[in-house]
Amino acid sequence: MTLTLFLFYLSAAIALGSTALALTRANAAHALIFLIVSLLAIAVLFFFLGAPFAAALEIVIYAGAIMVLFVFVVMMLNLSEGSREQERAMLDFSQWWLPGLLTAILLAELVYVLTAIDSESTVRAVMPKEVGLSLFGPYVLGVELASMLLLAGLVGAYHLGHHFLRRNRGRSE
Amino acid sequence: METLLTAVPLLPLASAALLLLYGRNLPKPLVTGLGVGSVGLAALAVLSLVMQWQEAAGPVTVVLWQWLSVGSFSVDLALRLDQLSLIWLCTITGIGFLIHLYSSEYMDSDDNYSRYFAYLNLFVASMLLLVLGDSLLLLFLGWEGVGLCSYLLIGFWYRDAANGAAARKAFIVTRAGDAAMALGLFLLVAQFNTLNIQDIVEAASVAWSAGDTLPTLACGLIFAGAVGKSAQLPLQTWLPDAMAGPTPVSALIHAATMVTAGIYLVARLSGLFLLAPDVLLVIAVIGVATALMAACAALAQHDIKRILAYSTISQLGYMFLALGIQAWDAGVFHMMTHAFFKALLFLAAGAVIECLHHEQDIRNMGGLRNRLPVPFWSVLIGSAALAALPLTAGFASKDLILLRVWEVDGMGAWLWTVAAIAALITALYSFKLVFVVFFGDIQTEPSHQPGWRMSVPLALLCALSILGGWIVLPLSEVLPLQAEDPAHGAIAIVSAAIPIVGVALAYLIFQTRQLDVSAVTESGGGRWTAQYWLEGWGMDRLYDAVLVQPYARLAQWWRGEPMDRVVAVVTGAAEFIHHQLSTTQSGRLGRYVAVLSAGLILLLTLMLLRAFA
Amino acid sequence: MGPGMVPIEHVLVLAGLLFVIGLFGLMLRRNIIFMLMALEVMLNSAALAFVAAGARWGQPDGQVIFMFILAIAAAEVSVGLGLVLQMRRQLRSLDMNDAIRLRG
Repeated sequence: MTLTLFLFYLSAAIALGSTALALTRANAAHALIFLIVSLLAIAVLFFFLGAPFAAALEIVIYAGAIMVLFVFVVMMLNLSEGSREQERAMLDFSQWWLPGLLTAILLAELVYVLTAIDSESTVRAVMPKEVGLSLFGPYVLGVELASMLLLAGLVGAYHLGHHFLRRNRGRSE
Repeated sequence: METLLTAVPLLPLASAALLLLYGRNLPKPLVTGLGVGSVGLAALAVLSLVMQWQEAAGPVTVVLWQWLSVGSFSVDLALRLDQLSLIWLCTITGIGFLIHLYSSEYMDSDDNYSRYFAYLNLFVASMLLLVLGDSLLLLFLGWEGVGLCSYLLIGFWYRDAANGAAARKAFIVTRAGDAAMALGLFLLVAQFNTLNIQDIVEAASVAWSAGDTLPTLACGLIFAGAVGKSAQLPLQTWLPDAMAGPTPVSALIHAATMVTAGIYLVARLSGLFLLAPDVLLVIAVIGVATALMAACAALAQHDIKRILAYSTISQLGYMFLALGIQAWDAGVFHMMTHAFFKALLFLAAGAVIECLHHEQDIRNMGGLRNRLPVPFWSVLIGSAALAALPLTAGFASKDLILLRVWEVDGMGAWLWTVAAIAALITALYSFKLVFVVFFGDIQTEPSHQPGWRMSVPLALLCALSILGGWIVLPLSEVLPLQAEDPAHGAIAIVSAAIPIVGVALAYLIFQTRQLDVSAVTESGGGRWTAQYWLEGWGMDRLYDAVLVQPYARLAQWWRGEPMDRVVAVVTGAAEFIHHQLSTTQSGRLGRYVAVLSAGLILLLTLMLLRAFA
Repeated sequence: MGPGMVPIEHVLVLAGLLFVIGLFGLMLRRNIIFMLMALEVMLNSAALAFVAAGARWGQPDGQVIFMFILAIAAAEVSVGLGLVLQMRRQLRSLDMNDAIRLRG
């Protein structure tokens, strides 16, 4: 039990730390690596919460697909050393106090609200079969909408990106 | 008979509608046929009505349809024919037809021939509605209709800005009277809940007694309308300027028919006016004052049409004088004879003007007696009738008025004296016109002779101006008349002698020049008076200073849009807020996010506070 | 490994912390790629909260919502990265302070 808790808090700490690091890097590639670490740590948390299906999806789709998309774009933009200097200059921490104040208040309120709930923690594992039945049972309309959204995302991404693709193709030929 | 009566106003109305809609595309003979023929047919219908009248017992009423109905108040569109409206009917259609015939030659070369006849027919239709209306509302419709036609025809030659100004002046000045008249009608509706003339007169004689405040107020307001329409003091200023229109229009509208609408109104409501003796006194005084002032003004004019215009005002003053002293029949009689000889004078003047290349100043005329015989005899006969020389129609009616005035208790002698002085001046200026224009040396050579369409109406009107005095008007049934005829004493001889003296004076001054008045006219006071009279007693300048200029200044001030400055505060505030708010739209995503999260925090805080409370 | 003893409120606090970090990053960064990453973090924290709630009640709904969030994140990232390419092409910059054509 204590090992479980220890591992839980460890992965929570990793998630927090790597997220914080990810958002403060000047190098986009480094930031992405930290973000992937954060996502993997959260996947571990999903395991502890008895949601293995969600954990798998977190790894496969979030860390696997979406983050790879980021990586591709960063590669396509071909961010050079100069741009990294530029990025470092853009990281203006002198303006931190307003976001800091806002987020501090928000955090205080969230923590206040969340700790007020009962701490009875009888977590029950939810197996993929149950999730699947629920998805294609009462939530089937939502699934359809999600598929529409993804299609729209696909079309939108193609529309926005095809100038870039065509230009690069023209340059390579 | 009912059909015939309905057809009388309908014929010119239909013709006016046709001419207004299709007049441009119709061939000229057809326009003439429509314009003149419709009024001619109406005149024939009226003649037939007169023939049938002998058998008919009492007034004829034709209810066409219910015009409007609001609660318990309803007005029928109804025509009513009695002796009074029959007299006006004869005058309007008879003289109207002659003037239409005359116009067809006078306006022959005008580009807007069909428009002219459309307006003229519309005028005749409106005037017929005015006199045939069974209710005051229909009368008011006709009243405004003739006002509109008057406006349209004064400004007929609208390319000259002065004509448009004269038209507007006529419209606006008469509107002042019409507004008062409308108030009077509202008062009657509020009191009796009806606008039917017979009902009102009957109800008023029951509900009101003579001298009450309400009948005085109602009659005063209605009389104000008559003052405006009939160009009496103090609203007479529009009529001389109305001469800007074509001369046949001046003859028909501004001499023979429309301006007598005020006489008709007062005579029609005589039962009501009997309840307001104060108003009757005012009518008499205004009438006689107008007669004298306009006669003096006529003496000083040089423009032949303005002389006739002032003489019209003066003669209308006589009619009102007659109405004011309750000599209703004399007033109506004078209206009729005046229509004859004033139409004659105007048409003859029009013929002179037309034959002299549109020369209107009598100082540039002279010696036309042998050059233009038809207009000469016409003007001679017309002036004789206007001056009320014995054996003319004018004598018969004006003498009757003067005799009736003399008999009035109290004020009679004063009114008679003023009226007699005015009659003397009338004879003076009317024969000044004859002597200056037709005798003496030739000044302008006439270009041609008037054709038959101008000459025939002139001849007929000459006959009427002489013989019209023998027409006996059957008015005893419709007007509250004194039964006895005026006594013919010494005063009758004096009355008859006055115009003869006036003509003799005119002969001595303007023809033989034996009586030299230059000592008076050339002196400073004489010149000033002549100038003052030439300007119509300075009424125009007075109104200009008292009413027009302040109003123009107000309009000028208002033109600077003072209200806009108030509105501009609102727009300015909106613009200011817009600029302030648009600075928040920095386009920087980070700030938007910060504001969003601030809002989120605010909401969350509120929810927490609620949970606490 | 028995999942029974994980304290739910701590998971939720963690989710809150992650959300706040993401928000802070979103407000702080000017590079659009990092702003998109911050958005991913925020979405992910919400997903964590849903899964935790689903686990607390032993219902599959939490994970279902997680999957919807996943779909939204995928669509958002694809369009967002397409916009990044456009922005790079038209503005020659990834600084969001250069993309201020919405300024009033």
